[in-house]
Amino acid sequence: MGKIYNSAAEALDGLLFDGMLIAAGGFGLCGIPENLISAIKDAGTKDLTVASNNAGVDDFGLGVLLQTRQVKKMISSYVGENDEFMRQYLSGELELEFNPQGTLAERMRAAGCGIPGFYTKTGVGTVIAEGKEVKNFNGQDYILEEGIFADLAIVKAWKADDTGNLVFRKTARNFNPPAAMCGKTCVVEVEEIVPRGSIDPDHIHLPGIYVHRIVQGDHEKRIEQRTVRQREEA
Amino acid sequence: MAWDRNQMAERAADELQDGWYVNLGIGIPTLVANYVGDKDITLQSENGMLGMGPFPFDGDEDPDLINAGKQTITELSRTAYFDSATSFGMIRGGKIAAAILGAMEVAENGDLANWMIPGKLVKGMGGAMDLVAGVGKVIVIMDHANKKGESKLLKECTLPLTGKGVVDRIITNLGVFDVVEGGLKLVEMADGVTREEIDSLTEATLVN
Repeated sequence: MGKIYNSAAEALDGLLFDGMLIAAGGFGLCGIPENLISAIKDAGTKDLTVASNNAGVDDFGLGVLLQTRQVKKMISSYVGENDEFMRQYLSGELELEFNPQGTLAERMRAAGCGIPGFYTKTGVGTVIAEGKEVKNFNGQDYILEEGIFADLAIVKAWKADDTGNLVFRKTARNFNPPAAMCGKTCVVEVEEIVPRGSIDPDHIHLPGIYVHRIVQGDHEKRIEQRTVRQREEA
Repeated sequence: MAWDRNQMAERAADELQDGWYVNLGIGIPTLVANYVGDKDITLQSENGMLGMGPFPFDGDEDPDLINAGKQTITELSRTAYFDSATSFGMIRGGKIAAAILGAMEVAENGDLANWMIPGKLVKGMGGAMDLVAGVGKVIVIMDHANKKGESKLLKECTLPLTGKGVVDRIITNLGVFDVVEGGLKLVEMADGVTREEIDSLTEATLVN
Protein backbone atom coordinates (compact mmCIF):
# COMPACT_ATOMS: atom_id res chain seq x y z
CA MET A 1 0.00 0.00 0.00
CA GLY A 2 1.68 3.20 -1.15
CA LYS A 3 1.38 6.56 0.55
CA ILE A 4 0.66 8.62 -2.57
CA TYR A 5 -2.92 9.71 -3.29
CA ASN A 6 -4.28 11.43 -6.39
CA SER A 7 -6.22 14.25 -4.71
CA ALA A 8 -6.57 15.96 -1.36
CA ALA A 9 -10.09 14.52 -1.03
CA GLU A 10 -8.79 10.97 -1.61
CA ALA A 11 -5.93 11.54 0.81
CA LEU A 12 -8.43 12.46 3.55
CA ASP A 13 -10.95 9.72 2.72
CA GLY A 14 -11.98 7.77 5.83
CA LEU A 15 -10.01 10.01 8.20
CA LEU A 16 -12.55 12.78 8.90
CA PHE A 17 -15.27 12.73 11.55
CA ASP A 18 -17.32 15.37 13.35
CA GLY A 19 -15.83 16.64 16.61
CA MET A 20 -12.26 15.61 15.75
CA LEU A 21 -9.02 17.34 16.75
CA ILE A 22 -6.86 18.45 13.84
CA ALA A 23 -3.33 19.85 14.09
CA ALA A 24 -2.40 22.08 11.17
CA GLY A 25 1.02 23.32 10.09
CA GLY A 26 1.78 26.84 8.90
CA PHE A 27 2.63 30.28 10.23
CA GLY A 28 0.30 33.02 9.02
CA LEU A 29 -0.34 32.02 5.41
CA CYS A 30 3.19 30.64 5.01
CA GLY A 31 3.50 26.88 4.62
CA ILE A 32 -0.18 26.11 5.15
CA PRO A 33 -1.84 22.95 3.80
CA GLU A 34 -4.20 24.93 1.57
CA ASN A 35 -5.44 22.01 -0.54
CA LEU A 36 -6.23 19.82 2.46
CA ILE A 37 -8.10 22.71 4.10
CA SER A 38 -10.21 23.08 0.94
CA ALA A 39 -10.91 19.36 0.91
CA ILE A 40 -12.07 19.46 4.55
CA LYS A 41 -14.37 22.33 3.60
CA ASP A 42 -15.82 20.25 0.77
CA ALA A 43 -16.22 17.23 3.07
CA GLY A 44 -18.28 19.36 5.46
CA THR A 45 -16.82 17.83 8.63
CA LYS A 46 -18.15 19.78 11.62
CA ASP A 47 -17.40 20.70 15.24
CA LEU A 48 -13.67 20.65 14.60
CA THR A 49 -11.08 21.62 17.15
CA VAL A 50 -8.07 22.94 15.26
CA ALA A 51 -4.63 23.43 16.79
CA SER A 52 -2.83 25.90 14.56
CA ASN A 53 -0.65 28.89 15.35
CA ASN A 54 -2.94 31.21 13.36
CA ALA A 55 -6.43 31.05 11.89
CA GLY A 56 -5.74 32.24 8.35
CA VAL A 57 -7.44 35.26 6.87
CA ASP A 58 -11.13 35.61 6.04
CA ASP A 59 -11.02 33.92 2.64
CA PHE A 60 -7.83 31.86 2.76
CA GLY A 61 -6.23 29.26 4.96
CA LEU A 62 -8.19 28.10 7.98
CA GLY A 63 -10.43 31.16 7.61
CA VAL A 64 -12.23 29.12 4.94
CA LEU A 65 -13.39 26.61 7.58
CA LEU A 66 -14.48 29.42 9.89
CA GLN A 67 -16.69 30.91 7.19
CA THR A 68 -18.49 27.60 6.81
CA ARG A 69 -18.81 27.28 10.62
CA GLN A 70 -17.02 23.94 10.64
CA VAL A 71 -14.72 24.95 13.50
CA LYS A 72 -15.92 24.75 17.09
CA LYS A 73 -12.67 25.64 18.79
CA MET A 74 -9.25 27.02 17.89
CA ILE A 75 -6.01 26.46 19.83
CA SER A 76 -3.75 29.28 18.62
CA SER A 77 -1.21 31.89 19.68
CA TYR A 78 -2.26 34.76 17.42
CA VAL A 79 -5.48 35.34 15.49
CA GLY A 80 -5.25 39.05 14.69
CA GLU A 81 -5.57 38.78 10.91
CA ASN A 82 -9.07 37.40 10.69
CA ASP A 83 -12.22 39.54 11.02
CA GLU A 84 -14.66 36.63 10.75
CA PHE A 85 -12.77 34.87 13.54
CA MET A 86 -13.21 37.92 15.78
CA ARG A 87 -16.89 38.21 14.95
CA GLN A 88 -17.58 34.55 15.79
CA TYR A 89 -15.44 34.68 18.92
CA LEU A 90 -17.00 37.86 20.30
CA SER A 91 -20.51 36.53 19.62
CA GLY A 92 -19.69 33.29 21.47
CA GLU A 93 -20.00 31.02 18.42
CA LEU A 94 -16.34 30.01 18.49
CA GLU A 95 -14.21 28.81 21.39
CA LEU A 96 -10.63 29.97 21.62
CA GLU A 97 -7.75 28.65 23.69
CA PHE A 98 -4.73 30.92 23.54
CA ASN A 99 -1.39 29.17 23.85
CA PRO A 100 1.97 30.95 23.87
CA GLN A 101 3.55 30.16 20.51
CA GLY A 102 6.42 28.10 21.90
CA THR A 103 4.12 26.24 24.26
CA LEU A 104 1.86 25.34 21.32
CA ALA A 105 4.80 24.08 19.26
CA GLU A 106 6.16 22.07 22.18
CA ARG A 107 2.72 20.60 23.00
CA MET A 108 2.68 19.19 19.46
CA ARG A 109 6.30 18.04 19.47
CA ALA A 110 5.97 16.45 22.92
CA ALA A 111 2.85 14.46 21.98
CA GLY A 112 4.63 13.24 18.87
CA CYS A 113 7.45 12.02 21.11
CA GLY A 114 5.12 10.23 23.53
CA ILE A 115 5.43 12.89 26.22
CA PRO A 116 1.98 13.69 27.67
CA GLY A 117 3.10 16.71 29.69
CA PHE A 118 6.06 18.99 30.32
CA TYR A 119 6.99 21.90 32.57
CA THR A 120 7.75 25.34 31.15
CA LYS A 121 8.42 28.76 32.63
CA THR A 122 6.51 30.41 29.78
CA GLY A 123 3.37 32.03 31.17
CA VAL A 124 4.20 31.68 34.87
CA GLY A 125 2.35 34.42 36.78
CA THR A 126 0.00 35.17 33.85
CA VAL A 127 -3.55 34.10 32.93
CA ILE A 128 -2.00 31.19 31.02
CA ALA A 129 -0.97 29.61 34.33
CA GLU A 130 -4.48 29.66 35.82
CA GLY A 131 -5.59 26.18 36.83
CA LYS A 132 -2.27 24.59 35.92
CA GLU A 133 0.07 22.70 38.23
CA VAL A 134 3.09 24.73 39.32
CA LYS A 135 6.34 22.99 40.20
CA ASN A 136 9.54 24.53 41.44
CA PHE A 137 12.85 23.36 39.98
CA ASN A 138 16.05 24.89 41.38
CA GLY A 139 14.24 27.92 42.75
CA GLN A 140 12.26 28.70 39.60
CA ASP A 141 8.53 28.07 39.06
CA TYR A 142 7.33 26.15 36.03
CA ILE A 143 3.80 25.26 34.87
CA LEU A 144 2.60 21.94 33.55
CA GLU A 145 1.47 21.92 29.91
CA GLU A 146 -0.01 18.90 28.16
CA GLY A 147 0.81 17.36 24.82
CA ILE A 148 -1.63 17.76 21.93
CA PHE A 149 -2.50 14.32 20.60
CA ALA A 150 -4.35 15.08 17.38
CA ASP A 151 -6.65 12.71 15.49
CA LEU A 152 -5.23 14.08 12.26
CA ALA A 153 -2.31 16.27 11.22
CA ILE A 154 -2.49 18.25 7.99
CA VAL A 155 0.80 19.72 6.84
CA LYS A 156 2.53 21.24 3.85
CA ALA A 157 6.04 20.40 2.69
CA TRP A 158 8.09 21.35 -0.34
CA LYS A 159 9.15 17.89 -1.50
CA ALA A 160 8.40 14.31 -0.54
CA ASP A 161 9.60 11.00 -1.83
CA ASP A 162 7.10 8.14 -2.05
CA THR A 163 8.06 6.92 1.44
CA GLY A 164 7.09 10.27 2.96
CA ASN A 165 10.55 11.65 3.68
CA LEU A 166 10.01 15.40 3.67
CA VAL A 167 11.95 18.53 2.82
CA PHE A 168 10.58 21.94 3.70
CA ARG A 169 11.56 25.27 2.20
CA LYS A 170 12.83 28.31 4.15
CA THR A 171 10.43 29.64 6.81
CA ALA A 172 7.57 27.55 5.39
CA ARG A 173 8.82 24.78 7.68
CA ASN A 174 7.54 26.48 10.88
CA PHE A 175 4.84 24.41 12.64
CA ASN A 176 4.71 21.68 10.00
CA PRO A 177 7.15 19.17 11.57
CA PRO A 178 5.69 19.37 15.12
CA ALA A 179 2.14 19.25 13.75
CA ALA A 180 2.99 16.23 11.63
CA MET A 181 4.50 14.45 14.62
CA CYS A 182 1.45 14.85 16.89
CA GLY A 183 -1.12 13.38 14.51
CA LYS A 184 -2.42 9.84 14.90
CA THR A 185 -2.52 10.05 11.12
CA CYS A 186 -0.56 12.63 9.14
CA VAL A 187 -1.51 13.76 5.64
CA VAL A 188 0.99 15.95 3.83
CA GLU A 189 0.56 18.00 0.69
CA VAL A 190 3.68 18.84 -1.29
CA GLU A 191 4.69 20.88 -4.28
CA GLU A 192 6.63 18.00 -5.76
CA ILE A 193 6.90 14.24 -5.31
CA VAL A 194 10.42 13.21 -6.18
CA PRO A 195 11.91 9.77 -6.88
CA ARG A 196 13.13 7.70 -3.98
CA GLY A 197 16.85 8.33 -3.48
CA SER A 198 16.84 11.80 -5.02
CA ILE A 199 16.85 13.50 -1.61
CA ASP A 200 20.19 13.17 0.17
CA PRO A 201 19.33 11.17 3.32
CA ASP A 202 21.33 13.70 5.34
CA HIS A 203 19.06 16.49 4.07
CA ILE A 204 15.69 15.06 5.09
CA HIS A 205 13.92 17.39 7.54
CA LEU A 206 11.21 14.95 8.67
CA PRO A 207 11.53 11.20 8.14
CA GLY A 208 8.65 9.37 6.46
CA ILE A 209 7.75 7.43 9.61
CA TYR A 210 5.63 10.43 10.59
CA VAL A 211 3.87 10.65 7.20
CA HIS A 212 1.00 8.34 6.24
CA ARG A 213 -0.48 9.89 3.12
CA ILE A 214 0.95 12.25 0.49
CA VAL A 215 -0.72 14.34 -2.16
CA GLN A 216 0.86 16.66 -4.69
CA GLY A 217 -0.98 19.93 -5.30
CA ASP A 218 -0.86 23.42 -6.73
CA HIS A 219 -0.30 26.17 -4.18
CA GLU A 220 -1.41 29.77 -4.32
CA LYS A 221 1.10 30.70 -1.57
CA ARG A 222 -0.49 34.04 -0.84
CA ILE A 223 1.74 36.72 0.76
CA GLU A 224 0.20 38.33 3.83
CA GLN A 225 2.45 41.41 4.27
CA ARG A 226 4.33 42.20 1.08
CA THR A 227 7.23 44.38 2.27
CA VAL A 228 10.01 45.55 -0.03
CA ARG A 229 12.85 48.06 -0.14
CA GLN A 230 13.68 50.33 -3.04
CA ARG A 231 16.61 49.37 -5.23
CA GLU A 232 18.11 52.87 -4.91
CA GLU A 233 18.81 52.16 -1.26
CA ALA A 234 21.16 49.35 -2.12
CA MET B 1 13.67 67.34 23.16
CA ALA B 2 12.64 63.75 23.70
CA TRP B 3 13.94 60.97 21.46
CA ASP B 4 11.94 60.06 18.36
CA ARG B 5 11.32 56.47 17.19
CA ASN B 6 14.62 56.24 15.34
CA GLN B 7 16.63 57.72 18.19
CA MET B 8 15.05 55.23 20.61
CA ALA B 9 15.97 52.42 18.23
CA GLU B 10 19.50 53.78 17.88
CA ARG B 11 19.86 53.92 21.66
CA ALA B 12 18.56 50.36 21.97
CA ALA B 13 21.14 49.17 19.44
CA ASP B 14 23.86 50.32 21.88
CA GLU B 15 22.66 47.57 24.22
CA LEU B 16 23.61 44.82 21.80
CA GLN B 17 27.02 43.23 22.10
CA ASP B 18 29.20 41.76 19.41
CA GLY B 19 28.35 38.11 18.78
CA TRP B 20 24.86 38.20 20.25
CA TYR B 21 21.82 36.36 18.91
CA VAL B 22 18.88 38.75 19.24
CA ASN B 23 15.12 38.72 18.69
CA LEU B 24 13.48 42.01 17.68
CA GLY B 25 9.75 42.56 18.13
CA ILE B 26 7.36 44.26 15.76
CA GLY B 27 7.23 48.08 15.45
CA ILE B 28 10.02 50.31 16.80
CA PRO B 29 12.14 47.27 17.82
CA THR B 30 12.38 46.30 14.13
CA LEU B 31 14.16 49.62 13.49
CA VAL B 32 16.99 48.60 15.84
CA ALA B 33 18.40 46.47 13.01
CA ASN B 34 19.26 49.70 11.14
CA TYR B 35 21.69 50.80 13.88
CA VAL B 36 23.80 47.74 14.78
CA GLY B 37 26.70 49.10 12.71
CA ASP B 38 29.76 46.85 12.55
CA LYS B 39 28.69 44.60 15.40
CA ASP B 40 28.27 40.94 14.56
CA ILE B 41 24.60 40.48 15.49
CA THR B 42 22.48 37.55 14.34
CA LEU B 43 18.74 38.25 14.26
CA GLN B 44 16.33 35.48 15.12
CA SER B 45 12.82 35.32 13.69
CA GLU B 46 10.75 33.03 15.89
CA ASN B 47 8.90 31.45 12.97
CA GLY B 48 12.08 29.52 12.32
CA MET B 49 15.12 31.46 11.17
CA LEU B 50 18.48 32.70 12.41
CA GLY B 51 20.28 35.28 10.30
CA MET B 52 17.38 37.39 9.11
CA GLY B 53 18.21 39.72 6.24
CA PRO B 54 16.60 42.98 5.08
CA PHE B 55 13.34 43.34 3.15
CA PRO B 56 13.61 42.08 -0.45
CA PHE B 57 13.83 44.32 -3.48
CA ASP B 58 10.55 44.79 -5.30
CA GLY B 59 9.93 41.67 -7.35
CA ASP B 60 12.18 39.41 -5.24
CA GLU B 61 9.56 38.56 -2.60
CA ASP B 62 9.34 34.87 -1.69
CA PRO B 63 6.11 33.67 -0.01
CA ASP B 64 8.14 30.96 1.77
CA LEU B 65 10.37 33.55 3.43
CA ILE B 66 8.71 35.78 6.02
CA ASN B 67 9.45 37.16 9.47
CA ALA B 68 7.34 36.82 12.61
CA GLY B 69 5.33 39.88 11.54
CA LYS B 70 4.48 37.99 8.31
CA GLN B 71 6.53 40.49 6.27
CA THR B 72 8.59 39.29 3.33
CA ILE B 73 12.32 39.24 4.15
CA THR B 74 15.59 37.85 2.75
CA GLU B 75 18.25 35.40 3.88
CA LEU B 76 21.96 35.97 4.48
CA SER B 77 24.99 33.75 3.94
CA ARG B 78 24.81 32.76 7.62
CA THR B 79 21.08 31.94 7.62
CA ALA B 80 19.74 28.74 9.18
CA TYR B 81 16.12 27.55 9.06
CA PHE B 82 14.39 25.28 11.58
CA ASP B 83 10.93 24.37 12.82
CA SER B 84 8.86 26.22 15.43
CA ALA B 85 9.55 23.74 18.23
CA THR B 86 13.31 24.10 17.70
CA SER B 87 12.93 27.87 17.45
CA PHE B 88 11.22 28.15 20.80
CA GLY B 89 13.59 25.57 22.22
CA MET B 90 16.44 28.03 21.69
CA ILE B 91 14.30 30.86 23.08
CA ARG B 92 13.11 28.96 26.16
CA GLY B 93 16.53 27.43 26.58
CA GLY B 94 18.19 30.82 27.06
CA LYS B 95 20.28 30.70 23.89
CA ILE B 96 18.99 34.07 22.66
CA ALA B 97 21.01 36.81 24.38
CA ALA B 98 18.34 39.52 24.23
CA ALA B 99 14.86 40.39 23.06
CA ILE B 100 13.85 43.96 22.29
CA LEU B 101 10.12 44.47 22.30
CA GLY B 102 7.36 47.01 22.68
CA ALA B 103 5.02 47.29 25.65
CA MET B 104 1.74 48.77 26.81
CA GLU B 105 2.80 48.86 30.49
CA VAL B 106 5.87 48.02 32.56
CA ALA B 107 5.80 47.87 36.37
CA GLU B 108 8.63 48.82 38.71
CA ASN B 109 9.16 45.13 39.58
CA GLY B 110 9.73 44.24 35.93
CA ASP B 111 6.23 42.97 35.16
CA LEU B 112 5.39 43.41 31.50
CA ALA B 113 2.00 43.79 29.80
CA ASN B 114 1.99 43.92 26.03
CA TRP B 115 -0.53 41.43 24.63
CA MET B 116 -4.10 42.13 25.71
CA ILE B 117 -6.55 44.87 26.56
CA PRO B 118 -9.67 43.29 28.12
CA GLY B 119 -12.87 44.36 26.40
CA LYS B 120 -11.04 45.23 23.20
CA LEU B 121 -10.18 42.95 20.32
CA VAL B 122 -7.92 40.21 21.52
CA LYS B 123 -5.31 39.05 19.03
CA GLY B 124 -3.11 36.79 21.09
CA MET B 125 0.33 36.76 22.66
CA GLY B 126 2.14 35.08 19.77
CA GLY B 127 5.67 34.35 20.95
CA ALA B 128 5.95 37.20 23.45
CA MET B 129 5.38 35.12 26.60
CA ASP B 130 8.00 32.58 25.54
CA LEU B 131 10.52 35.28 24.67
CA VAL B 132 10.28 37.21 27.94
CA ALA B 133 10.43 33.98 29.95
CA GLY B 134 13.40 32.57 28.10
CA VAL B 135 15.89 35.07 26.69
CA GLY B 136 18.89 36.43 28.55
CA LYS B 137 17.94 40.09 28.65
CA VAL B 138 14.55 41.72 28.01
CA ILE B 139 14.75 45.29 26.76
CA VAL B 140 11.54 47.25 26.28
CA ILE B 141 11.22 50.20 23.89
CA MET B 142 8.08 52.27 24.34
CA ASP B 143 6.78 55.80 24.70
CA HIS B 144 7.05 56.99 28.28
CA ALA B 145 3.39 58.01 28.42
CA ASN B 146 0.27 56.87 26.57
CA LYS B 147 -1.79 59.04 24.22
CA LYS B 148 -3.70 60.45 27.19
CA GLY B 149 -0.42 61.57 28.77
CA GLU B 150 -0.52 58.88 31.48
CA SER B 151 2.65 57.11 32.59
CA LYS B 152 3.31 53.65 31.13
CA LEU B 153 5.93 53.02 33.84
CA LEU B 154 3.70 51.97 36.70
CA LYS B 155 3.83 50.75 40.28
CA GLU B 156 1.74 47.77 39.15
CA CYS B 157 0.47 46.75 35.72
CA THR B 158 -3.28 47.11 35.21
CA LEU B 159 -3.42 44.93 32.07
CA PRO B 160 -3.02 41.13 31.90
CA LEU B 161 0.67 40.25 32.15
CA THR B 162 2.91 38.87 29.44
CA GLY B 163 5.51 37.98 32.05
CA LYS B 164 6.17 38.53 35.73
CA GLY B 165 9.37 40.28 36.77
CA VAL B 166 10.92 39.78 33.33
CA VAL B 167 12.02 43.25 32.15
CA ASP B 168 15.65 44.28 32.61
CA ARG B 169 15.86 47.66 30.89
CA ILE B 170 13.36 50.18 29.49
CA ILE B 171 14.16 52.72 26.79
CA THR B 172 11.51 55.41 26.45
CA ASN B 173 11.42 58.67 24.51
CA LEU B 174 12.60 60.38 27.73
CA GLY B 175 15.43 58.12 28.85
CA VAL B 176 16.79 54.75 29.89
CA PHE B 177 15.66 52.92 33.05
CA ASP B 178 16.80 49.72 34.76
CA VAL B 179 14.62 47.49 36.90
CA VAL B 180 16.43 47.27 40.23
CA GLU B 181 15.63 46.43 43.85
CA GLY B 182 12.90 48.80 45.03
CA GLY B 183 11.93 50.34 41.68
CA LEU B 184 13.33 51.79 38.49
CA LYS B 185 16.72 53.42 38.27
CA LEU B 186 17.20 56.29 35.84
CA VAL B 187 20.30 55.42 33.84
CA GLU B 188 20.27 58.10 31.20
CA MET B 189 18.11 61.04 30.10
CA ALA B 190 17.37 61.92 26.49
CA ASP B 191 19.03 65.14 25.33
CA GLY B 192 17.19 68.18 26.65
CA VAL B 193 14.88 66.21 28.93
CA THR B 194 14.82 67.34 32.55
CA ARG B 195 14.56 65.25 35.69
CA GLU B 196 11.39 67.20 36.53
CA GLU B 197 9.76 66.08 33.28
CA ILE B 198 10.63 62.47 34.01
CA ASP B 199 9.39 62.67 37.58
CA SER B 200 6.08 64.20 36.51
CA LEU B 201 5.48 61.54 33.84
CA THR B 202 6.55 58.50 35.88
CA GLU B 203 4.20 56.70 38.25
CA ALA B 204 6.74 53.99 39.12
CA THR B 205 9.10 54.52 42.04
CA LEU B 206 12.41 55.99 40.85
CA VAL B 207 15.36 54.94 42.99
CA ASN B 208 18.88 56.26 42.98
